[in-house]
Amino acid sequence: MRSLALSLVMAIGLTGTAGHAGPDDNSLNIAWSGELATLDRYYNVLREGIIVGRLIWDALLFKNPDTLEFEPLLAESYSFVDSTTMDFELRQGVTFHNGEAFDADDVVYTLNRMADPENGVLTQRNVNWIDRAEKRGPYSVRLHMKRPTPIALEFLAGPLLIYPNEYYEEVGPDGMGQAPVGTGPYKVTAFAPGESITFERNENYFAGSPKGKPSIDVIRQRTVPDNNTQIAELLAGTVDWIWKVPADQAAALAGRPGISVVNEQTMRIGYLSFDSSNRTGNSSPVNDVRVRQAIAHAIDRQAIVTALVGGSSEVVHSACHPAQFGCEQDVATYDYDPDRARELLAEAGYPDGFTIDFHAYRNRPYAEAIMGYLDAVGIKTNLVYLKYAALRDQVYAGEIDFNFMTWGSYSFHDVSAIASHFFKATKDDYAGDEGLIADLTIGDNSVDRDERLAAYSRALKAIADNAYWVPLFSYNVNYAFSDQLEFVPNPDEVPRFYSTRWK
Amino acid sequence: MHIFILKRIGLAILVALFVSFLSFLMLRAAGDPAIAIAGEGASEADIEYIRIRFGFDRPLIVQYGEWLAGALQGNFGTSTYFSTPVHELIAERLPVTLRLGAMSLLFAILLAMPLGILAAVHPNSIIDRLALFLSVLGQALPNFWFALVLIVILAVWWPLLPPSGNSTWQHFIMPTIVLGYYATPAIMRLTRSGMLEVLGSDYIRTARAKGLHPVQVLVKHAMRNAVLPVVSHSTVQFGYMLGGSVIIESIYALHGIGQLAWESISRADLPTVQAIILILSLIYVGLNLAGDLINAWLDPRIRVT
Repeated sequence: MRSLALSLVMAIGLTGTAGHAGPDDNSLNIAWSGELATLDRYYNVLREGIIVGRLIWDALLFKNPDTLEFEPLLAESYSFVDSTTMDFELRQGVTFHNGEAFDADDVVYTLNRMADPENGVLTQRNVNWIDRAEKRGPYSVRLHMKRPTPIALEFLAGPLLIYPNEYYEEVGPDGMGQAPVGTGPYKVTAFAPGESITFERNENYFAGSPKGKPSIDVIRQRTVPDNNTQIAELLAGTVDWIWKVPADQAAALAGRPGISVVNEQTMRIGYLSFDSSNRTGNSSPVNDVRVRQAIAHAIDRQAIVTALVGGSSEVVHSACHPAQFGCEQDVATYDYDPDRARELLAEAGYPDGFTIDFHAYRNRPYAEAIMGYLDAVGIKTNLVYLKYAALRDQVYAGEIDFNFMTWGSYSFHDVSAIASHFFKATKDDYAGDEGLIADLTIGDNSVDRDERLAAYSRALKAIADNAYWVPLFSYNVNYAFSDQLEFVPNPDEVPRFYSTRWK
Repeated sequence: MHIFILKRIGLAILVALFVSFLSFLMLRAAGDPAIAIAGEGASEADIEYIRIRFGFDRPLIVQYGEWLAGALQGNFGTSTYFSTPVHELIAERLPVTLRLGAMSLLFAILLAMPLGILAAVHPNSIIDRLALFLSVLGQALPNFWFALVLIVILAVWWPLLPPSGNSTWQHFIMPTIVLGYYATPAIMRLTRSGMLEVLGSDYIRTARAKGLHPVQVLVKHAMRNAVLPVVSHSTVQFGYMLGGSVIIESIYALHGIGQLAWESISRADLPTVQAIILILSLIYVGLNLAGDLINAWLDPRIRVT
């Protein structure tokens, strides 16, 4: 209804758009809906926090968004001593925004402090694999891990941003959260929690950083909760960049002069999950593999993608995002075939179908489309639509037979961030498959690339064969911005404003 | 009279307490706050850690008692989201909402009272119908729709005003119009009926008979009496506006207490939600109390019941 209102108003002859002021003074005005309470990357869990973190700070490594290769950032080079030990040689001559020199002390201090559970870093899995960091020279650090961690590089190139030890020791998370100091391409000059952030270019940003030399002088972020207001701001020229624009609005915006709309995939996929092992004790029909396969055959996922999800989304068949390392694509697939679904149901002893509760927490139209397809083969569903926290609670408690949920893998390009999260005897695991758990354990703990690939391949094939999940489709994001802006989105959903520039 | 006031105040306090207890229970029933705080991608260990750190693992009644004891001393705890004391957050955001509420009420009164008087002076005329139409339109328009249309007209088509934000007084113009316009019909109708009643009374006829100027009769004699129900209604209306500004604050990115409450609910920032509910219900109860007392002062019959 609300989006309809704005679309209508937009359609009533809005000719020409106000010019965007950004290019004149080389500033960039952006709006999003996330409210950042603190800028300390270790104490916020918002995606916006990731975006901001990469402007203010640098990590030891950098993941090239095009090649997906790891490159040195604050480290000059790195090497594995053995499967649980890494050595880093650090870049010299780098300074923090406050003039503090960057050296091994900063790295050792940051990693050790964040790895200590006492300090309460919010996302413990980012740090709980670290045993300790050890200084071996003024620019040389050794990292000891608690266990082999194949995705250590993801952490070291992602959330593990390096803080200045002296400043952080003095001000702590509260001080850092309000007045951050890093080595990154932008420094924060003003911050009103939950409302706005102003960044200025770091003129001393070190040459040779794979992030490149930042171009835009000033970035002003404002939190605008309402989607329609964001669009109005963009049309009025008071904001140059917005994202997460709903598909229908994006289509309307795409025709406007002066505005670019770009659609990009994300790492998030939607899936149907079943209680395959009768964990709930309900003896649900979905305990039977034939019923799960019938459900997979009953749903026209391509039609849902085409009609509802839109953009660059694709149907996925394996229990992971195709861009992730180890995401085996050669798995059993279940084409849209309602007749086959009815056959399988009959074989399983449900020739007339059955009735089941169906839980979901987002994208209600998608859930309802799925229910329509299931209804067509005789499966009646009662939709139980809950808040994420509430549904997750029940999933953890082992109370859910059948649900539609999604997973974004924290944008990690690795199967361990999804398959191991859901099928390795975790609270999310409704399959309880010993062979699968063994394969995932091999994949998660080996540092041999081929061994990992083989283990994950076996695991993902087992998930598909047994239809523990019906993977649905990947999600996408619409970005809308001034057409004078040179901005390239990436599938990891982390917009890189340090490499954004005016044409 | 004193006993009446004491009774009313006692009742008001009980209502505020009841509201806070009910909201405390309902918020807890809505889902595990630890999961919401940890975010969508958190592991079980992260969630368990947060549960213990914030004390969500203790019995509900203990949590409520502790909160109430703190609240009575003005300590609302620390926001689980902003990690700052809740009273600081509220001190920062409440003025925005109060400002919006006061401006909207003023706007509503300035628009509705002249309309109501005009309608009463010319009952059942075209002016009366027009006034009715204008004010009823205010209630009939969905306010989110009206808000968006105003943005498109006044910020996109003719860029006269900033589309959203709260840094200057210009930012408050559009939200004031939207929120105030919604309150117009009730005030207009009250003014109109009050004026009609008063204008028909004997003392007005006497005033007219004395040969006083019609404007003087209207403003000095009639309005004084007709306006009293409007005043007590407006106090209640102000309470509605504080509670009802959530959507408007969200659309105009005003960052007031309404939007803070809304966002805090979705991220299960219970201390903040609790404090806002208590403060808003205290304000609302207080305004109602004021309305009661004004009425009692005006009409002695109410005091004895």
